[in-house]
Amino acid sequence: MQAASQTLETKKSGFNPLTPLLDVCTVLGSGILSFLEATGRLAAFTGQAVGHCFAPRFFPAQIARQLIDIGYYSLPVVGMTALFTGMVLALQSYTGFTRFNAESAIAGVVVLSITRELSPVLAGLMVAGRVGAAIAAEIGTMRVTEQIDALRTLSVNPFKYLIAPRVIAGTLMLPILVLTGDIIGVMGGYIVSIYNLGFSPVSYLSQTWDVMQNIDVVSGLAKAGVFGFIVAIMGCYHGFNSKRGAQGVGSATTNAVVSASILILIFNYLLTQIFFS
Amino acid sequence: MTAQSGTAQASENTPQDNVVADLPTEKIAMKGVYKAFGNNHVLQGADLVVPKGKSLVVIGGSGTGKSVMLKCILGLLHPDSGSIKIDGQETADLSTQDRDDLMRKFGMLFQGAALFDSLKIWENVAFGLVQGRGMKKKQAREIAVEKIRAVGLRAEVADLYPAELSGGMQKRVGLARAVAADPEIIFFDEPTTGLDPIMADVINDLIVEQVKGLGATALSITHDMASARKIADHVAMIYEGRIIWHGSVEELDNSGNPYVDQFIHGRADGPITSGQVR
Repeated sequence: MQAASQTLETKKSGFNPLTPLLDVCTVLGSGILSFLEATGRLAAFTGQAVGHCFAPRFFPAQIARQLIDIGYYSLPVVGMTALFTGMVLALQSYTGFTRFNAESAIAGVVVLSITRELSPVLAGLMVAGRVGAAIAAEIGTMRVTEQIDALRTLSVNPFKYLIAPRVIAGTLMLPILVLTGDIIGVMGGYIVSIYNLGFSPVSYLSQTWDVMQNIDVVSGLAKAGVFGFIVAIMGCYHGFNSKRGAQGVGSATTNAVVSASILILIFNYLLTQIFFS
Repeated sequence: MTAQSGTAQASENTPQDNVVADLPTEKIAMKGVYKAFGNNHVLQGADLVVPKGKSLVVIGGSGTGKSVMLKCILGLLHPDSGSIKIDGQETADLSTQDRDDLMRKFGMLFQGAALFDSLKIWENVAFGLVQGRGMKKKQAREIAVEKIRAVGLRAEVADLYPAELSGGMQKRVGLARAVAADPEIIFFDEPTTGLDPIMADVINDLIVEQVKGLGATALSITHDMASARKIADHVAMIYEGRIIWHGSVEELDNSGNPYVDQFIHGRADGPITSGQVR
Protein backbone atom coordinates (compact mmCIF):
# COMPACT_ATOMS: atom_id res chain seq x y z
CA MET A 1 0.00 0.00 0.00
CA GLN A 2 2.73 2.35 1.11
CA ALA A 3 4.81 1.60 -1.97
CA ALA A 4 1.77 2.17 -4.17
CA SER A 5 1.05 5.55 -2.62
CA GLN A 6 4.72 6.49 -2.99
CA THR A 7 4.59 5.60 -6.68
CA LEU A 8 1.43 7.67 -7.00
CA GLU A 9 3.15 10.62 -5.35
CA THR A 10 6.12 10.25 -7.63
CA LYS A 11 3.80 10.21 -10.62
CA LYS A 12 2.15 13.35 -9.38
CA SER A 13 5.48 15.13 -8.91
CA GLY A 14 6.37 14.03 -12.49
CA PHE A 15 9.92 12.83 -11.80
CA ASN A 16 11.24 9.52 -10.56
CA PRO A 17 15.01 9.50 -10.03
CA LEU A 18 15.03 5.76 -10.69
CA THR A 19 13.39 6.07 -14.13
CA PRO A 20 16.58 6.55 -16.22
CA LEU A 21 18.25 3.67 -14.38
CA LEU A 22 15.21 1.45 -14.91
CA ASP A 23 15.17 2.36 -18.60
CA VAL A 24 18.80 1.29 -18.97
CA CYS A 25 18.06 -1.96 -17.10
CA THR A 26 15.04 -2.60 -19.32
CA VAL A 27 17.06 -2.13 -22.52
CA LEU A 28 19.97 -4.25 -21.22
CA GLY A 29 17.66 -6.91 -19.83
CA SER A 30 15.58 -7.28 -22.98
CA GLY A 31 18.78 -7.44 -25.05
CA ILE A 32 20.22 -10.18 -22.84
CA LEU A 33 16.94 -12.06 -22.80
CA SER A 34 16.59 -12.03 -26.57
CA PHE A 35 20.24 -13.13 -26.94
CA LEU A 36 19.67 -16.03 -24.54
CA GLU A 37 16.43 -16.92 -26.31
CA ALA A 38 18.16 -16.99 -29.70
CA THR A 39 21.06 -19.05 -28.30
CA GLY A 40 18.66 -21.52 -26.73
CA ARG A 41 16.67 -21.82 -29.95
CA LEU A 42 19.86 -22.40 -31.97
CA ALA A 43 21.09 -24.99 -29.43
CA ALA A 44 17.77 -26.85 -29.56
CA PHE A 45 17.82 -26.77 -33.38
CA THR A 46 21.43 -28.04 -33.43
CA GLY A 47 20.61 -30.85 -31.00
CA GLN A 48 17.64 -31.90 -33.09
CA ALA A 49 19.67 -31.75 -36.31
CA VAL A 50 22.51 -33.87 -34.87
CA GLY A 51 20.01 -36.40 -33.52
CA HIS A 52 18.47 -36.80 -36.96
CA CYS A 53 21.95 -37.27 -38.52
CA PHE A 54 22.37 -40.50 -36.54
CA ALA A 55 18.82 -41.83 -36.27
CA PRO A 56 17.18 -43.57 -39.24
CA ARG A 57 15.54 -43.00 -41.58
CA PHE A 58 18.29 -41.78 -43.94
CA PHE A 59 17.94 -40.34 -47.43
CA PRO A 60 21.08 -41.56 -49.28
CA ALA A 61 20.18 -39.81 -52.54
CA GLN A 62 19.87 -36.48 -50.73
CA ILE A 63 23.16 -37.03 -48.86
CA ALA A 64 24.93 -37.88 -52.15
CA ARG A 65 23.50 -34.76 -53.81
CA GLN A 66 24.72 -32.57 -50.96
CA LEU A 67 28.17 -34.21 -50.93
CA ILE A 68 28.53 -33.20 -54.57
CA ASP A 69 26.97 -29.72 -54.13
CA ILE A 70 28.95 -28.81 -51.03
CA GLY A 71 32.16 -30.73 -51.77
CA TYR A 72 32.80 -31.12 -55.46
CA TYR A 73 31.40 -27.78 -56.60
CA SER A 74 33.36 -25.90 -53.91
CA LEU A 75 36.68 -27.29 -55.16
CA PRO A 76 37.46 -24.48 -57.65
CA VAL A 77 36.79 -21.74 -55.06
CA VAL A 78 38.80 -23.44 -52.32
CA GLY A 79 41.57 -24.44 -54.75
CA MET A 80 42.00 -20.90 -56.11
CA THR A 81 41.97 -19.42 -52.60
CA ALA A 82 44.62 -21.88 -51.39
CA LEU A 83 46.81 -21.46 -54.48
CA PHE A 84 47.03 -17.68 -54.32
CA THR A 85 47.31 -17.62 -50.54
CA GLY A 86 50.31 -19.99 -50.72
CA MET A 87 51.90 -17.84 -53.44
CA VAL A 88 51.41 -14.57 -51.55
CA LEU A 89 52.64 -16.18 -48.35
CA ALA A 90 55.94 -17.20 -50.00
CA LEU A 91 56.41 -13.69 -51.43
CA GLN A 92 55.64 -11.89 -48.16
CA SER A 93 57.73 -14.28 -46.08
CA TYR A 94 60.64 -13.76 -48.43
CA THR A 95 60.38 -9.97 -48.06
CA GLY A 96 60.43 -10.28 -44.28
CA PHE A 97 62.93 -13.10 -43.86
CA THR A 98 65.63 -11.74 -46.15
CA ARG A 99 66.05 -8.95 -43.59
CA PHE A 100 67.19 -11.57 -41.07
CA ASN A 101 68.95 -13.84 -43.57
CA ALA A 102 66.38 -16.51 -42.74
CA GLU A 103 65.18 -17.37 -46.26
CA SER A 104 65.49 -21.07 -45.49
CA ALA A 105 62.55 -20.79 -43.08
CA ILE A 106 60.13 -19.85 -45.89
CA ALA A 107 59.14 -23.42 -46.75
CA GLY A 108 58.35 -24.11 -43.08
CA VAL A 109 56.36 -20.91 -42.65
CA VAL A 110 54.31 -21.65 -45.75
CA VAL A 111 53.45 -25.23 -44.81
CA LEU A 112 52.66 -24.45 -41.16
CA SER A 113 50.55 -21.40 -41.97
CA ILE A 114 48.66 -23.19 -44.70
CA THR A 115 47.91 -26.45 -42.88
CA ARG A 116 47.25 -25.06 -39.43
CA GLU A 117 45.41 -21.83 -40.14
CA LEU A 118 44.97 -20.43 -43.60
CA SER A 119 43.62 -23.41 -45.47
CA PRO A 120 40.92 -24.34 -42.90
CA VAL A 121 39.90 -20.77 -42.07
CA LEU A 122 39.88 -19.41 -45.61
CA ALA A 123 38.18 -22.54 -46.97
CA GLY A 124 35.64 -22.28 -44.15
CA LEU A 125 34.92 -18.62 -44.94
CA MET A 126 34.72 -19.24 -48.70
CA VAL A 127 32.36 -22.19 -48.19
CA ALA A 128 30.30 -20.12 -45.73
CA GLY A 129 29.83 -17.57 -48.54
CA ARG A 130 29.13 -20.11 -51.25
CA VAL A 131 27.35 -22.95 -49.51
CA GLY A 132 25.94 -21.32 -46.36
CA ALA A 133 24.19 -18.69 -48.45
CA ALA A 134 22.84 -21.27 -50.91
CA ILE A 135 21.51 -23.49 -48.11
CA ALA A 136 19.79 -20.57 -46.35
CA ALA A 137 18.27 -19.28 -49.60
CA GLU A 138 17.02 -22.70 -50.72
CA ILE A 139 15.54 -23.75 -47.37
CA GLY A 140 14.23 -20.22 -46.74
CA THR A 141 12.41 -20.24 -50.08
CA MET A 142 11.01 -23.69 -49.28
CA ARG A 143 9.77 -22.31 -45.96
CA VAL A 144 8.01 -19.26 -47.42
CA THR A 145 6.43 -21.24 -50.27
CA GLU A 146 5.13 -23.85 -47.76
CA GLN A 147 7.27 -26.62 -49.29
CA ILE A 148 8.52 -27.54 -45.80
CA ASP A 149 4.91 -27.85 -44.57
CA ALA A 150 4.20 -29.94 -47.68
CA LEU A 151 7.03 -32.32 -46.71
CA ARG A 152 5.40 -32.87 -43.33
CA THR A 153 2.00 -33.55 -44.87
CA LEU A 154 3.66 -36.19 -47.07
CA SER A 155 5.00 -38.01 -43.97
CA VAL A 156 8.59 -36.88 -44.57
CA ASN A 157 10.40 -35.24 -41.68
CA PRO A 158 12.13 -32.08 -42.99
CA PHE A 159 14.97 -32.54 -40.48
CA LYS A 160 15.78 -35.92 -42.00
CA TYR A 161 15.20 -34.94 -45.64
CA LEU A 162 16.63 -31.39 -45.72
CA ILE A 163 18.77 -30.66 -42.66
CA ALA A 164 20.59 -33.93 -41.86
CA PRO A 165 21.98 -34.49 -45.41
CA ARG A 166 23.40 -30.94 -45.48
CA VAL A 167 24.95 -31.21 -42.02
CA ILE A 168 26.49 -34.62 -42.82
CA ALA A 169 27.82 -33.38 -46.17
CA GLY A 170 29.21 -30.13 -44.70
CA THR A 171 31.00 -31.92 -41.86
CA LEU A 172 32.49 -34.61 -44.12
CA MET A 173 33.39 -32.54 -47.16
CA LEU A 174 35.15 -29.53 -45.66
CA PRO A 175 38.07 -31.64 -44.30
CA ILE A 176 38.49 -33.16 -47.78
CA LEU A 177 38.40 -29.69 -49.33
CA VAL A 178 40.92 -28.44 -46.78
CA LEU A 179 43.26 -31.38 -47.41
CA THR A 180 43.12 -30.54 -51.11
CA GLY A 181 43.65 -26.88 -50.21
CA ASP A 182 46.71 -27.82 -48.11
CA ILE A 183 48.34 -29.53 -51.08
CA ILE A 184 47.46 -26.73 -53.52
CA GLY A 185 48.55 -24.03 -51.05
CA VAL A 186 51.95 -25.62 -50.46
CA MET A 187 52.25 -26.02 -54.21
CA GLY A 188 51.54 -22.28 -54.62
CA GLY A 189 54.38 -21.47 -52.24
CA TYR A 190 56.61 -23.93 -54.07
CA ILE A 191 55.87 -22.38 -57.47
CA VAL A 192 56.73 -18.85 -56.32
CA SER A 193 59.79 -19.97 -54.37
CA ILE A 194 61.22 -22.00 -57.24
CA TYR A 195 60.28 -19.95 -60.29
CA ASN A 196 60.25 -16.46 -58.82
CA LEU A 197 62.63 -16.47 -55.87
CA GLY A 198 65.15 -18.99 -57.23
CA PHE A 199 65.03 -21.63 -54.49
CA SER A 200 66.23 -25.18 -55.12
CA PRO A 201 63.24 -27.54 -55.58
CA VAL A 202 64.85 -30.38 -53.63
CA SER A 203 65.81 -28.31 -50.61
CA TYR A 204 62.41 -26.53 -50.57
CA LEU A 205 60.53 -29.83 -50.52
CA SER A 206 62.83 -31.43 -47.97
CA GLN A 207 62.45 -28.39 -45.70
CA THR A 208 58.70 -28.64 -46.09
CA TRP A 209 58.75 -32.33 -45.06
CA ASP A 210 61.13 -31.70 -42.16
CA VAL A 211 59.03 -28.95 -40.64
CA MET A 212 55.59 -30.46 -41.13
CA GLN A 213 54.22 -32.77 -38.44
CA ASN A 214 51.06 -34.86 -38.38
CA ILE A 215 49.38 -32.63 -35.81
CA ASP A 216 49.67 -29.65 -38.16
CA VAL A 217 47.56 -31.36 -40.80
CA VAL A 218 45.28 -33.22 -38.40
CA SER A 219 44.45 -30.10 -36.39
CA GLY A 220 43.60 -28.28 -39.61
CA LEU A 221 41.32 -31.10 -40.74
CA ALA A 222 39.61 -31.26 -37.34
CA LYS A 223 38.99 -27.52 -37.56
CA ALA A 224 37.61 -28.01 -41.05
CA GLY A 225 35.10 -30.59 -39.79
CA VAL A 226 33.87 -28.15 -37.16
CA PHE A 227 33.71 -25.28 -39.68
CA GLY A 228 31.78 -27.42 -42.16
CA PHE A 229 29.30 -28.31 -39.43
CA ILE A 230 28.94 -24.62 -38.48
CA VAL A 231 28.35 -23.53 -42.08
CA ALA A 232 25.67 -26.17 -42.66
CA ILE A 233 23.91 -25.62 -39.34
CA MET A 234 23.82 -21.82 -39.68
CA GLY A 235 22.54 -22.07 -43.27
CA CYS A 236 19.84 -24.55 -42.27
CA TYR A 237 18.86 -22.71 -39.08
CA HIS A 238 18.43 -19.31 -40.70
CA GLY A 239 16.70 -20.78 -43.76
CA PHE A 240 14.36 -22.93 -41.67
CA ASN A 241 13.34 -19.94 -39.54
CA SER A 242 13.13 -17.52 -42.45
CA LYS A 243 10.42 -14.87 -42.24
CA ARG A 244 7.87 -14.43 -45.01
CA GLY A 245 8.66 -12.78 -48.31
CA ALA A 246 11.73 -11.94 -50.35
CA GLN A 247 13.07 -9.73 -47.56
CA GLY A 248 12.81 -12.64 -45.09
CA VAL A 249 14.84 -14.94 -47.34
CA GLY A 250 17.36 -12.13 -47.99
CA SER A 251 17.91 -11.57 -44.26
CA ALA A 252 18.16 -15.32 -43.66
CA THR A 253 20.91 -15.57 -46.28
CA THR A 254 22.86 -12.63 -44.89
CA ASN A 255 22.52 -13.85 -41.30
CA ALA A 256 23.63 -17.34 -42.29
CA VAL A 257 26.85 -16.09 -43.88
CA VAL A 258 27.67 -13.49 -41.22
CA SER A 259 26.97 -15.76 -38.24
CA ALA A 260 28.84 -18.70 -39.80
CA SER A 261 31.87 -16.49 -40.56
CA ILE A 262 32.02 -15.08 -37.05
CA LEU A 263 31.56 -18.49 -35.44
CA ILE A 264 34.34 -19.90 -37.65
CA LEU A 265 36.74 -17.22 -36.40
CA ILE A 266 35.71 -17.76 -32.75
CA PHE A 267 35.96 -21.55 -32.98
CA ASN A 268 39.28 -21.24 -34.82
CA TYR A 269 40.72 -19.51 -31.77
CA LEU A 270 39.17 -21.99 -29.33
CA LEU A 271 40.37 -25.03 -31.29
CA THR A 272 43.87 -23.60 -31.71
CA GLN A 273 43.94 -23.06 -27.95
CA ILE A 274 42.86 -26.68 -27.36
CA PHE A 275 45.32 -28.21 -29.86
CA PHE A 276 48.45 -26.19 -29.18
CA SER A 277 48.30 -24.79 -25.66
CA MET B 1 -23.40 -3.82 -32.88
CA THR B 2 -20.19 -5.03 -31.27
CA ALA B 3 -18.46 -8.23 -32.21
CA GLN B 4 -19.15 -9.65 -28.77
CA SER B 5 -22.90 -9.17 -28.91
CA GLY B 6 -22.94 -10.41 -32.48
CA THR B 7 -21.14 -13.55 -31.44
CA ALA B 8 -23.54 -14.08 -28.58
CA GLN B 9 -26.48 -13.63 -30.88
CA ALA B 10 -24.90 -15.95 -33.37
CA SER B 11 -24.52 -18.68 -30.79
CA GLU B 12 -28.19 -18.34 -29.81
CA ASN B 13 -29.25 -18.75 -33.42
CA THR B 14 -26.75 -21.41 -34.33
CA PRO B 15 -27.92 -24.84 -35.38
CA GLN B 16 -24.39 -26.05 -34.53
CA ASP B 17 -25.45 -28.21 -31.59
CA ASN B 18 -28.04 -30.03 -33.69
CA VAL B 19 -25.53 -30.64 -36.45
CA VAL B 20 -23.01 -32.06 -34.00
CA ALA B 21 -25.64 -34.29 -32.38
CA ASP B 22 -26.72 -35.73 -35.75
CA LEU B 23 -23.21 -36.67 -36.82
CA PRO B 24 -22.67 -40.29 -37.76
CA THR B 25 -18.95 -40.38 -36.87
CA GLU B 26 -16.59 -37.60 -35.99
CA LYS B 27 -13.50 -37.78 -38.21
CA ILE B 28 -12.06 -34.52 -36.91
CA ALA B 29 -13.17 -33.03 -33.61
CA MET B 30 -11.64 -29.81 -32.36
CA LYS B 31 -12.69 -28.35 -29.00
CA GLY B 32 -11.73 -25.13 -27.25
CA VAL B 33 -8.54 -24.58 -29.24
CA TYR B 34 -6.51 -21.47 -28.40
CA LYS B 35 -3.46 -20.27 -30.29
CA ALA B 36 -1.64 -16.96 -29.89
CA PHE B 37 1.47 -15.48 -31.46
CA GLY B 38 2.76 -13.07 -28.83
CA ASN B 39 -0.12 -10.69 -28.14
CA ASN B 40 -1.97 -11.69 -31.29
CA HIS B 41 -4.65 -14.14 -30.10
CA VAL B 42 -5.56 -15.86 -33.35
CA LEU B 43 -7.67 -18.79 -32.17
CA GLN B 44 -9.84 -18.09 -29.15
CA GLY B 45 -11.66 -21.28 -28.29
CA ALA B 46 -12.39 -22.67 -31.74
CA ASP B 47 -14.74 -25.69 -31.84
CA LEU B 48 -15.22 -27.69 -35.01
CA VAL B 49 -16.45 -31.14 -35.98
CA VAL B 50 -16.06 -32.74 -39.39
CA PRO B 51 -18.23 -35.85 -39.92
CA LYS B 52 -16.68 -38.85 -41.64
CA GLY B 53 -17.04 -38.77 -45.42
CA LYS B 54 -18.36 -35.20 -45.48
CA SER B 55 -16.91 -32.03 -46.89
CA LEU B 56 -16.77 -29.09 -44.50
CA VAL B 57 -15.79 -25.65 -45.72
CA VAL B 58 -14.70 -23.00 -43.24
CA ILE B 59 -15.34 -19.50 -44.52
CA GLY B 60 -14.02 -16.28 -43.05
CA GLY B 61 -12.13 -13.12 -43.89
CA SER B 62 -8.39 -12.76 -44.09
CA GLY B 63 -6.66 -12.93 -40.72
CA THR B 64 -9.59 -14.51 -38.87
CA GLY B 65 -7.62 -17.66 -38.03
CA LYS B 66 -8.56 -20.03 -40.88
CA SER B 67 -5.03 -21.03 -41.88
CA VAL B 68 -3.84 -21.27 -38.27
CA MET B 69 -6.78 -23.57 -37.47
CA LEU B 70 -5.92 -25.81 -40.42
CA LYS B 71 -2.23 -25.91 -39.44
CA CYS B 72 -3.16 -26.79 -35.85
CA ILE B 73 -5.23 -29.76 -37.06
CA LEU B 74 -2.41 -30.86 -39.36
CA GLY B 75 0.10 -30.60 -36.52
CA LEU B 76 2.20 -27.97 -38.31
CA LEU B 77 1.43 -25.63 -35.38
CA HIS B 78 0.91 -26.66 -31.76
CA PRO B 79 -2.18 -25.15 -30.13
CA ASP B 80 -1.66 -23.40 -26.78
CA SER B 81 -4.60 -25.30 -25.29
CA GLY B 82 -7.64 -27.31 -26.32
CA SER B 83 -8.25 -30.71 -27.84
CA ILE B 84 -7.91 -31.91 -31.43
CA LYS B 85 -8.99 -35.48 -32.13
CA ILE B 86 -8.58 -37.41 -35.38
CA ASP B 87 -10.66 -40.61 -35.46
CA GLY B 88 -11.19 -40.15 -31.72
CA GLN B 89 -7.42 -40.08 -31.06
CA GLU B 90 -6.05 -37.03 -29.26
CA THR B 91 -3.26 -35.51 -31.38
CA ALA B 92 -1.89 -32.77 -29.12
CA ASP B 93 0.93 -34.80 -27.53
CA LEU B 94 1.84 -37.26 -30.26
CA SER B 95 5.48 -38.33 -30.64
CA THR B 96 7.27 -37.44 -33.89
CA GLN B 97 6.89 -41.01 -35.17
CA ASP B 98 3.18 -41.19 -34.30
CA ARG B 99 2.66 -37.81 -35.94
CA ASP B 100 4.39 -39.03 -39.12
CA ASP B 101 2.15 -42.12 -39.07
CA LEU B 102 -0.95 -39.96 -38.57
CA MET B 103 0.10 -37.82 -41.53
CA ARG B 104 -0.40 -40.85 -43.77
CA LYS B 105 -4.13 -40.34 -43.36
CA PHE B 106 -3.84 -36.78 -44.70
CA GLY B 107 -3.51 -35.15 -48.05
CA MET B 108 -3.21 -31.41 -48.47
CA LEU B 109 -3.58 -28.97 -51.32
CA PHE B 110 -1.68 -25.81 -50.43
CA GLN B 111 -2.72 -22.31 -51.43
CA GLY B 112 0.32 -21.83 -53.67
CA ALA B 113 0.43 -25.55 -54.57
CA ALA B 114 3.83 -25.78 -52.71
CA LEU B 115 5.32 -28.07 -55.35
CA PHE B 116 8.98 -29.03 -54.87
CA ASP B 117 10.62 -26.98 -57.60
CA SER B 118 13.74 -29.15 -57.79
CA LEU B 119 11.67 -32.24 -58.68
CA LYS B 120 9.80 -33.18 -61.84
CA ILE B 121 6.01 -33.19 -61.81
CA TRP B 122 5.69 -36.97 -61.51
CA GLU B 123 8.28 -36.98 -58.70
CA ASN B 124 6.21 -34.35 -56.91
CA VAL B 125 3.04 -36.40 -57.24
CA ALA B 126 4.82 -39.63 -56.25
CA PHE B 127 6.79 -37.98 -53.42
CA GLY B 128 4.59 -39.22 -50.59
CA LEU B 129 4.54 -42.73 -52.06
CA VAL B 130 8.30 -43.01 -52.63
CA GLN B 131 9.77 -41.01 -49.75
CA GLY B 132 6.93 -41.29 -47.24
CA ARG B 133 5.96 -44.93 -47.83
CA GLY B 134 9.01 -46.48 -49.48
CA MET B 135 7.25 -47.51 -52.72
CA LYS B 136 9.42 -48.51 -55.71
CA LYS B 137 9.93 -45.61 -58.13
CA LYS B 138 8.59 -47.46 -61.17
CA GLN B 139 5.31 -48.36 -59.51
CA ALA B 140 5.01 -44.88 -57.97
CA ARG B 141 5.52 -43.29 -61.38
CA GLU B 142 2.65 -45.30 -62.85
CA ILE B 143 0.34 -44.18 -60.05
CA ALA B 144 1.57 -40.59 -60.43
CA VAL B 145 0.88 -40.52 -64.18
CA GLU B 146 -2.57 -41.99 -63.58
CA LYS B 147 -3.30 -39.26 -60.99
CA ILE B 148 -1.92 -36.58 -63.34
CA ARG B 149 -4.40 -37.78 -65.99
CA ALA B 150 -7.19 -37.88 -63.42
CA VAL B 151 -6.79 -34.14 -62.77
CA GLY B 152 -7.08 -33.41 -66.49
CA LEU B 153 -3.41 -33.03 -67.46
CA ARG B 154 -1.61 -34.80 -70.28
CA ALA B 155 0.82 -37.58 -69.35
CA GLU B 156 3.70 -35.64 -70.99
CA VAL B 157 3.43 -33.06 -68.21
CA ALA B 158 4.90 -35.69 -65.88
CA ASP B 159 8.45 -34.98 -67.02
CA LEU B 160 8.28 -31.18 -66.77
CA TYR B 161 9.30 -29.08 -63.78
CA PRO B 162 6.80 -27.00 -61.73
CA ALA B 163 8.22 -23.69 -63.01
CA GLU B 164 7.20 -24.73 -66.55
CA LEU B 165 3.48 -24.92 -65.62
CA SER B 166 0.81 -22.22 -65.26
CA GLY B 167 -0.77 -21.47 -61.86
CA GLY B 168 -3.88 -23.49 -62.72
CA MET B 169 -1.82 -26.48 -63.85
CA GLN B 170 0.28 -26.28 -60.69
CA LYS B 171 -2.92 -26.38 -58.62
CA ARG B 172 -4.01 -29.51 -60.51
CA VAL B 173 -0.63 -31.13 -59.81
CA GLY B 174 -0.98 -30.09 -56.15
CA LEU B 175 -4.37 -31.82 -56.11
CA ALA B 176 -2.91 -34.93 -57.77
CA ARG B 177 -0.17 -34.99 -55.11
CA ALA B 178 -2.72 -34.54 -52.31
CA VAL B 179 -4.78 -37.53 -53.47
CA ALA B 180 -1.90 -39.73 -54.72
CA ALA B 181 -1.74 -41.88 -51.59
CA ASP B 182 -5.55 -42.22 -51.33
CA PRO B 183 -5.79 -40.28 -48.06
CA GLU B 184 -8.72 -40.53 -45.64
CA ILE B 185 -8.75 -36.79 -44.97
CA ILE B 186 -7.94 -34.07 -47.48
CA PHE B 187 -7.31 -30.43 -46.59
CA PHE B 188 -7.75 -27.63 -49.08
CA ASP B 189 -6.19 -24.26 -48.28
CA GLU B 190 -7.87 -21.60 -50.44
CA PRO B 191 -7.99 -23.92 -53.46
CA THR B 192 -9.22 -21.30 -55.94
CA THR B 193 -7.20 -18.25 -54.85
CA GLY B 194 -5.29 -16.68 -57.71
CA LEU B 195 -7.16 -18.56 -60.45
CA ASP B 196 -9.48 -17.18 -63.11
CA PRO B 197 -13.19 -18.01 -62.55
CA ILE B 198 -13.27 -20.78 -65.15
CA MET B 199 -10.13 -22.47 -63.86
CA ALA B 200 -11.46 -22.04 -60.31
CA ASP B 201 -14.61 -23.91 -61.30
CA VAL B 202 -12.55 -26.64 -62.96
CA ILE B 203 -10.56 -27.06 -59.73
CA ASN B 204 -13.80 -27.12 -57.71
CA ASP B 205 -15.18 -29.87 -59.95
CA LEU B 206 -11.96 -31.85 -59.62
CA ILE B 207 -12.03 -31.48 -55.85
CA VAL B 208 -15.61 -32.77 -55.65
CA GLU B 209 -14.79 -35.62 -58.04
CA GLN B 210 -11.64 -36.68 -56.17
CA VAL B 211 -13.16 -36.39 -52.69
CA LYS B 212 -16.29 -38.32 -53.64
CA GLY B 213 -14.23 -40.85 -55.59
CA LEU B 214 -12.05 -41.59 -52.58
CA GLY B 215 -14.91 -41.38 -50.09
CA ALA B 216 -12.61 -39.07 -48.15
CA THR B 217 -13.41 -36.50 -45.50
CA ALA B 218 -12.56 -32.99 -46.66
CA LEU B 219 -11.84 -29.81 -44.74
CA SER B 220 -11.38 -26.67 -46.80
CA ILE B 221 -10.81 -23.04 -45.94
CA THR B 222 -11.76 -20.35 -48.39
CA HIS B 223 -13.25 -16.91 -48.79
CA ASP B 224 -14.50 -17.74 -52.29
CA MET B 225 -18.26 -18.31 -51.84
CA ALA B 226 -18.72 -19.91 -55.28
CA SER B 227 -16.11 -22.47 -54.33
CA ALA B 228 -17.62 -23.00 -50.88
CA ARG B 229 -21.12 -23.64 -52.30
CA LYS B 230 -19.75 -26.12 -54.81
CA ILE B 231 -17.51 -28.26 -52.63
CA ALA B 232 -19.25 -28.09 -49.23
CA ASP B 233 -21.70 -30.43 -47.51
CA HIS B 234 -21.42 -28.31 -44.37
CA VAL B 235 -20.21 -24.75 -43.90
CA ALA B 236 -18.75 -23.12 -40.80
CA MET B 237 -17.87 -19.47 -40.40
CA ILE B 238 -14.87 -18.38 -38.36
CA TYR B 239 -14.64 -14.89 -36.94
CA GLU B 240 -12.15 -13.54 -34.41
CA GLY B 241 -10.77 -17.00 -33.76
CA ARG B 242 -14.10 -18.70 -33.01
CA ILE B 243 -16.59 -20.66 -35.08
CA ILE B 244 -19.63 -18.39 -34.96
CA TRP B 245 -21.93 -20.37 -37.26
CA HIS B 246 -22.10 -23.94 -38.48
CA GLY B 247 -24.75 -25.47 -40.73
CA SER B 248 -25.43 -27.34 -43.93
CA VAL B 249 -24.74 -25.61 -47.24
CA GLU B 250 -28.50 -25.37 -47.88
CA GLU B 251 -28.92 -23.37 -44.65
CA LEU B 252 -26.25 -20.87 -45.64
CA ASP B 253 -28.64 -18.36 -47.24
CA ASN B 254 -31.04 -18.48 -44.30
CA SER B 255 -28.55 -18.60 -41.48
CA GLY B 256 -30.14 -15.70 -39.61
CA ASN B 257 -26.62 -14.70 -38.64
CA PRO B 258 -25.73 -11.11 -39.58
CA TYR B 259 -22.02 -11.96 -39.84
CA VAL B 260 -22.66 -14.83 -42.25
CA ASP B 261 -25.13 -12.74 -44.26
CA GLN B 262 -22.66 -9.91 -44.62
CA PHE B 263 -19.84 -12.25 -45.60
CA ILE B 264 -21.70 -14.36 -48.17
CA HIS B 265 -23.11 -11.28 -49.86
CA GLY B 266 -19.79 -9.45 -49.70
CA ARG B 267 -21.22 -6.28 -48.18
CA ALA B 268 -18.99 -3.55 -46.80
CA ASP B 269 -21.72 -2.56 -44.30
CA GLY B 270 -22.51 -4.83 -41.40
CA PRO B 271 -21.17 -6.12 -38.12
CA ILE B 272 -17.82 -7.02 -39.73
CA THR B 273 -15.88 -3.83 -40.41
CA SER B 274 -12.61 -3.63 -42.27
CA GLY B 275 -10.95 -2.46 -39.03
CA GLN B 276 -12.02 -5.66 -37.31
CA VAL B 277 -10.56 -7.88 -39.99
CA ARG B 278 -7.00 -8.27 -38.83
